[in-house]
Order: sequence, then C-alpha cells, then structure tokens
Amino acid sequence: MNSFALSLRMLRREWRAGELRVLAAALVIAVASVTSVGFFTDRVGRALAQQANRLLGADLALIADHPLDAGIEREALRRGLRTAHTLSFPSMVLHGERAHLAEIKAVSRNYPLRGQLRVAPLPYAPDRASSEIPAAGTAWLDERLFKQLDAGAGAGLEVGTSHLAVSAVLTQEPDRAGVLFNIAPRLLMNIQDIPATGLIQEGSRISYRLLVAGEVGTVELFRAWAATRLKRGERLEGVSDARPEIRAALARAEHFLGLAALTSIILAAVAVVMATRRFMARHLDNCAVLRCLGAQQRLIFRLYLIQFLLLGLAASLVGCLLGYLGQMVLAQRLGSIVSAELPLPSMLPAVQGILTGMVTLLGFSLPFLQQLKHVPALRVLRRELGPPGRFGLIGFGLGLAGISGLVLWQAGDVRLGGYALVGLFAATLAAALLALLLIRALSGIRLQASASWRYGLANIARRAGGSVAQVSAFSLGMLMLLLLAVVRGDLMQSWQSTLPAEAPNRFIINIQPDQVELLRGFFHDRHIPPPVLYPMVRARLLAVNGKPVATGEYPDERAQRLVEREFNLSWSDRLPGDNQLVAGKWWVPGSAQLSVEEGIAKTLAIKLGDELTYGVGGATFIARVANLRKVGWDSFRVNFFVVASPGVLEKFPASYITSFHLPDTQGGLLDEMVKAFPNLTVIDVAAVMNEVRTIMDRVASAVEFVFLFTWLMGFTVLYAAIAATRDERVYETAILRTLGASRRQLLAGLFAEFAGIGLLAGLVAALGASGTSYFLSTRILSLPYVFNFWLPPAGMLAGAVVIGLAGIAGCYSVLNQPPLQTIRDSS
Amino acid sequence: MNVSPKDFIVQAIALTKQVTSEGAPLIILDRLDFSASPGESVAVLGASGSGKSTLLGLLAGLDVPTSGKVLLDGADLFALDEDGRAALRGRLVGFVFQSFQLLPALTALENVMLPLELAGVKGARVEAGAALKRVGLAQRASHYPRQLSGGEQQRVAIARAFSVNPRLLLADEPTGNLDSATGGRIIDLLFRLNEEHGTTLILVTHDERLAQRCQRRLHLDRGVLVQEQT
Repeated sequence: MNSFALSLRMLRREWRAGELRVLAAALVIAVASVTSVGFFTDRVGRALAQQANRLLGADLALIADHPLDAGIEREALRRGLRTAHTLSFPSMVLHGERAHLAEIKAVSRNYPLRGQLRVAPLPYAPDRASSEIPAAGTAWLDERLFKQLDAGAGAGLEVGTSHLAVSAVLTQEPDRAGVLFNIAPRLLMNIQDIPATGLIQEGSRISYRLLVAGEVGTVELFRAWAATRLKRGERLEGVSDARPEIRAALARAEHFLGLAALTSIILAAVAVVMATRRFMARHLDNCAVLRCLGAQQRLIFRLYLIQFLLLGLAASLVGCLLGYLGQMVLAQRLGSIVSAELPLPSMLPAVQGILTGMVTLLGFSLPFLQQLKHVPALRVLRRELGPPGRFGLIGFGLGLAGISGLVLWQAGDVRLGGYALVGLFAATLAAALLALLLIRALSGIRLQASASWRYGLANIARRAGGSVAQVSAFSLGMLMLLLLAVVRGDLMQSWQSTLPAEAPNRFIINIQPDQVELLRGFFHDRHIPPPVLYPMVRARLLAVNGKPVATGEYPDERAQRLVEREFNLSWSDRLPGDNQLVAGKWWVPGSAQLSVEEGIAKTLAIKLGDELTYGVGGATFIARVANLRKVGWDSFRVNFFVVASPGVLEKFPASYITSFHLPDTQGGLLDEMVKAFPNLTVIDVAAVMNEVRTIMDRVASAVEFVFLFTWLMGFTVLYAAIAATRDERVYETAILRTLGASRRQLLAGLFAEFAGIGLLAGLVAALGASGTSYFLSTRILSLPYVFNFWLPPAGMLAGAVVIGLAGIAGCYSVLNQPPLQTIRDSS
Repeated sequence: MNVSPKDFIVQAIALTKQVTSEGAPLIILDRLDFSASPGESVAVLGASGSGKSTLLGLLAGLDVPTSGKVLLDGADLFALDEDGRAALRGRLVGFVFQSFQLLPALTALENVMLPLELAGVKGARVEAGAALKRVGLAQRASHYPRQLSGGEQQRVAIARAFSVNPRLLLADEPTGNLDSATGGRIIDLLFRLNEEHGTTLILVTHDERLAQRCQRRLHLDRGVLVQEQT
C-alpha cells in the first residue's frame, strides 16, 4: 500500500486535531532564529565576495606605512599593468570657525582602477558616477563631513597649511564600501595638493597604497615578483584577501549570533521532547487500534516517521520564510555598520535551517516513535498496557549528537564550538539543578495560604519533571534578556564610574618639536595649565638579543601584527604617574635602557634583561630591558608600550603627543588651536566613545532580536508543558469542581502554579545573570563588581506576572469543560 | 463432530494462559478447546475475571498463550510473528469494543476509512461512506467521536468493523457502555450485518439479552468452559 499517501492524510487529520501544533511552532521558531542569522551573514559575505575587487579599488594593492620604492611601480608599468597611488591619514579639517577630524585620502590620476566614484552636487541630491578625481585645489567631502563642517558647495576648507575648495559630495568610493566602524568621515583630495598641506611630517601615521590592475595572469605574475621584494611594513592585498578585518569581524558576528540563535534550538529540543511525549501518550490507543486493524509494526513506525518528516519539512520551510523576514530586521539594525549594498542571500542558510529543524525534530522524537511501534495490540482490551520499558538519556543520544554537531558547525571552530557546547550544556544543567533544588525546597514549605495557593504550589512539586524543564527553559531565555537589558547597562556604568571626572577627553597628535613651546604658550595665554607633552619616535623592532624577529616565529596573530608595524617609543626620566613597576628597577644611570609594558612583553615573549634592537628610519639602536610596567590604559592618559631612558632617543626625529581635559564650555578653544597649528590632529575621545557606544548598541539590539526567538521559544516550551499536562488538569479540575471549588479558586490555583514557576525561573535567571556579570567584570573587563540587588526581585516579579498570566491563558479553556462529561470520558 | 480445521473459521486447541500474580502462578485459561464455523454466532458469558477478554484477545492474536494453539482460517496464529499476526488480522478479523476505540482525531468517516486505507483499498472514502449509511450515520460523517453519543460512536465502530468484510467479528461487551434501549438497537444492527455479510460473530458479554440472540452460548468459569448450550 502507499504509506506516503496514508501518512499525508493522517498528518492532515492530526494537524486539524491540533496534536502537532506545538511541535510545528517550536520548529518554526528555531529554524527562523537560525536562518535569520544565516541569511544576514550570507548577504554580507556575498557582498564581500561580489565586490572584492571593487572593495580593493584594484586587482592588487601594495600597502605600506612609508613611501614606496618607485622601482615597483616602474616594474608594474613595464608589465603593462595600470597603476594609481593613494595616501590616507587622519587630520583636522577647518571651515571657518568649525574644525572636525576627517580621514583624508589623497588619490592620483586613474584612481580607482576598479569600481567607481560617485558624487552629488549637494548632500542627499541624486548622485552620478564620476570618471574624474577631485581637481587640484578641490576636495570632495562625504555627507557626514559636509554637515559637520556646515560647508556649502564652493566653501573654502583648510587642510593643514593648504586651502581647498569643496566641489562635490562624495557618495560612493570603492575601497571604502563595506568598511566597518567608520569613525571619522571622509575627505577625498588630489595627491598633487599633499605637499602644500605640510601634513607629511615626522610621526604622521600615513598609509601609502600602490594600486595595480590588469590581466589576471599578468597581475598574478607581478604579485609573485613583488612578494619576494616586500620590505618591513609592506604587504600585498589581493582580491581574495581583501578586507581581512571585515572578514574577521563578519566571521565573529556569524559565530556569535549563530551561537545565540542556537539557544533557541536547545529549547526547541525541550519542546520537541515534551510535545512528542504527549503525542505518544495520546496515540497509544490509536496504535493499538491500528495494530488490531492489521497494521504491522514496521508500517506504524513508517506512518509516523513520514508524518514527522513532512511536518519537520513544512515547519522548517515556514521557519526559513520567517528567518528571511527576520534577517531584514538584522540588516536594518546592523546594516548601517556595514555600509555596503547587500545583495540577496543564497539558499545555503535555508538548507542549513532545514537541516537544523530536521535534526532537532527527529533526534528528539524518534525514541518516542520507536515506543509507539511497540504498543501491544492487547491494549484495546486492557487499557493499562503501555509501551514496554522506558528509555533514559541514551535514547536521545542521536539528538544530543545532532545538536552538538550543529553547535560545532555554527561555531566554525572546534575549540570555540567545544566551549560553547560545554557552556550551553553546563548552563542548562546548572539551571535544571538549581530549579530542582528550589522545587524541592518549595515542596518542604507549608504555606499558611489559601487552599488554592497551597494546591497550585503543590502542583509544581508534584509535576517536578515538567516543572524543572519549564523553569530551566524560562530561566535561560530570561537570563539572556537580563544580561542584555540590565547587566550591559550596569557594566557600562561601572566602567564609566572608574573614570575620573577630569579624565582627558582630547588627544593631540602630530605636534612638531618646534611647536612644543608655542603650544605651551597657547595654553598659558588662555589660563589653562599646559598639559605634559610626550615625545614620540616611530621605530620598528628588528631583533631580540641579536636574533632578527620574523613574523612567522610568533604563533599569536596579535604578536605578528605588532612586530610587523612601527611602535611609538617615548623617553622619560621618571616612571609615569599611573604606571606601576612589576619587575626590575627604574633607570640605573649610564646605560641605554628600556621599560616595557608587561602585556606586550608577554605577547612578544620579551624578558627582563633582553637586548632589543630598534630601527628608526635608516638608523638603529640597541637597549636592554630594565623593567616591566603595568599601565592603566583606561585612564585615557598618554601611555607607551616602550619607554627609553634619557639619552637614547633624543637624536632621532620625534613628534609630540598629549592629552588633556577640555571642559564642554570651552569648545571654541579647539577651533582656535587648529587655526594656529593647522597640522595638529585633535582626537575627540568623547566622539570616538560615542561612535563605539552607538556600534555596541546596534550590535546589542541585533543580539536582542536573536534572543527574542529564545524568548518566544520559552513560551512555546510553556505551552508544550501546559499541553503535556492538560489531560491531567482537565480531570483534576473536574474533580475539584465536583468537590465544590469555585471558578475563582480554580483560577487562583492555576495562577499560583504558573506564577510559582515564573518566580523560580526569574530567580534562577537573575542568579545566572549576576554570576555572568561577576565573571565578565572581574575576569574579562577588570572592573569592580557591583551586585545589582534589584536583579533578583525584578526577575522574579517579571517571571511571576508574565508566566502566571500566560499559564492562565493557556489553561483557561480547561475551566469551561462540564465536569460530568470529563469524568465520564476519563473512566 | 468430525470436521477438518478448514471447516472452522477459528479454532482454539488446548489453549492455556497462565500469569504470575504476587509470586504465585495464576491460570486464566486452562487447556481450553473451542471452535466456530463460518456464519455462526457465539456468545461467551462469564463473571468478571473468568477469562473472557483473555480468550477474545488470544483468538485475535492480540496476546500470546502460555501453551496451545489458535488456528485462524486454518493458519496457526502463534507460528507467525507479531507482524504476521497483524497482517492476518487485517485481512480476516473485525473488532467491536465496549469503549468503542474510535480515534479521537479522526471524523466518523475517517475512522471507518482507516482499515480500508491500511489495506490499500482504492475508493476507501466511497466504501466508508456506504458503510456509515448502512449504520444510519450518513448525516454524521464529518463529526468527531466526541460530538457523537455513545450509541452513535458504537455504530461508527460497527461500520468500521464491517467495512473490510471480515470473516470473523470479535465483539467485547459491545453494549456494556450503553443504556438498554440504545444497546438493543446496537444488537439489532450487529446481527443484521452479521447476516448480510455471512460473518462469524463471537461476542463476550454479560448481557443475557444479547447472548440469547446467538446461536451458541459458552459459559466460562475460572478459565474452563463449563457449559455449552446450543
């Protein structure tokens, strides 16, 4: 016979009877949760892939922190490749009285080699593609800078010592599309105007790029040629390795959001277990009748298996659709950080979602379906006969293995996945154990309360298994929400309170030696105590104890980056105020010595007494590590990783840096300063912090959105739990009715039970959130931990009210059943 | 009587069922012999606990005996495995229960369709509709069991039992949950269909009225057939 067609018909009937709705809801939510993240990260990933060479503005870029050797460009041209130059750095830009920090990019003819520039005459006016670059003497500003400087078309700007006229609004620039964390706005200018700005000075942090484009094969050959000639501080970036920082950030976002989404899968497994167990209990008779009617065991199993497969597939598809809608919310919340146009997603996340749904459903329902197969046919005559035996955790081995596989897959890394897995299971187990303890304690308490409340609370203990599952499920969902809603704010506040009120809020960099006295005078004239100016020399670490450093020797990625780039070194005769010696002694007169920050010493495996060789320009110097320091980085004072003893660095060209507190009332001071010293770059810490906070808020709101699914899933579990005990409740309610219980008493009993569960879940969640917050503050963020006394009562109250009401809503119809009919049906 | 096994639709030979109760063996059926011919109607009477339901369960192969045999249409039921017995049952046996045993999620029509669907019969819906019509419930086809009275539910169960044209119909207290007037109508229906289909009817009952309608009445007392009336 055609068991597929029969299964389909049976499925339709079961669905109509409402037997499968909880299962379907659990799967829909779980799959929606996973696919919303999947679709979103897929879109960003595809944007990166599709725009790879446009993101680079070329087929290949040679990036350096110093001017490039002209021989390289000659070779590229000789090979018939096209080239262009760019140069970028942060600098202040002035328009009349207004000054703002901008990311300056100066470009040569031919730029960009791939992709296009788009400009508009005015902010928000329709834009057009431009094949030109800004003419000499002009600049294009992005919309943000346009507004911040209050500039109009043709307005005169001061950049360093040069004057530029605003000629257009820059709306699109290929190698900026997709940049995460755009902190400073953009000014695009012609590279010919750079010398006039006077901004290329000692200590300026400038990124030089040589862009190359042409035939794929020629570019590859050129790449191979150039790769062997790279000097320190130079690297090649091709289409495939474009924007590694975005790729890394995307991978992190994908893993983190993905793991967040998986919490709803774990809860879905709980809902599947509860709902299938009820399904099995209610289908024991059906199976016995089917057996009586001649159905073979294999057929019964196949019929239910096909039904579940079809249900899983349908629910997963609906989940994918919802996930698709969900990713639009994520794109809206996070999309502004990723400033690229997002293409449509591929179907891969849908496949991943469907697989997730099926693994969860089958992994946790198969043991029950297997049980159904073993229902004895004799049950039609003897109701007391159930399926043989019980199965323990082993029965769910397949499901647990499946979920573990999903977690590892989502994490994309065995170690991270392993941590997540252990963490998730430990959290679930801890929540369950705590719930069990609380429920035990509750059953010991004999409340001097009304009969309804006693009855309701006694029910929690009586249905201990179900109650533990419900409390755990809710507490996990609430834990996440409490962490995001309350603990995040607490941590932020705790961090802000560690900052002194007068903490520096402005940094000035690029101060030239001849400006030091002038700047001090500038502060003095305005009756402001001049801040300490620290000398700064850019140097590269060449060797440790005579052995040249090579990036390949450091397994740590951060260490590789640190040895690759130039350090800012300073010198001082005294230990800086907020630093603390942790090893060695401050200067011993006579020899060349260095003081190294303990963190970087550890990363680069530098020990006390090591001899470090540094290169500054063409020259080198050698000094011994005399001590290690601990630095309070969050003081916002100027600090250096490496400080030399006096007499070591003075002979090298230096620039100066300082930080100071600028009261809000003296904003005009900055404009005056930048006017007097146009080459100075002033960094507004508050503005940077605000940007960072905005980004954090956006990320948090995206995470909150993902946890919304967890919360919805919590209600599905509640509903599953209510449904699981519904038959029992109907009978009990009927008995209580015949004993004279009023409707009000029954409602009070139900409310007591569910509010009790909510109370316990709130308590478990609040304790969990406090524990997590303690761990984050003390172990990761090094902040003093402050216990939030409001967290437990708030969590308990919220849990009691929300879950109490939801529980009543779920059971309300039970109260309307005439008791006599109920009792007759049950007998 | 000298007949070959083939002449009986069902035959029990030295059927024994023994269980262990509180550590002591308890004999429920004791070397019982019994047979029923095609088209015959047999009532099995007896007090509670006399072994009536156990006998019915064994005749249908729903349970396995401690020893002895049951031949269903000549086939040794307990030489088959569980699935083999189910297949034979699907082909030959129909059931009517005291508690109706309708599937609550299915409508009356769908309940009747179920055995036809299991047997892979084409046009199950039409046949089931006709079966419901024969029991006078054509108007209630789309109702769920909970929307039907006890008597109506039992009529659906009877329609379901006869829908596959079984050669043997086993009924366990078919009027046990019904008032006497409704029970009477159910009895009429059962015997009318029994006649129309030429089915062998074996029913277990306390109901003397029902037993009187049968051609043969067996009394079961503590696992032994003590009296046979014809």
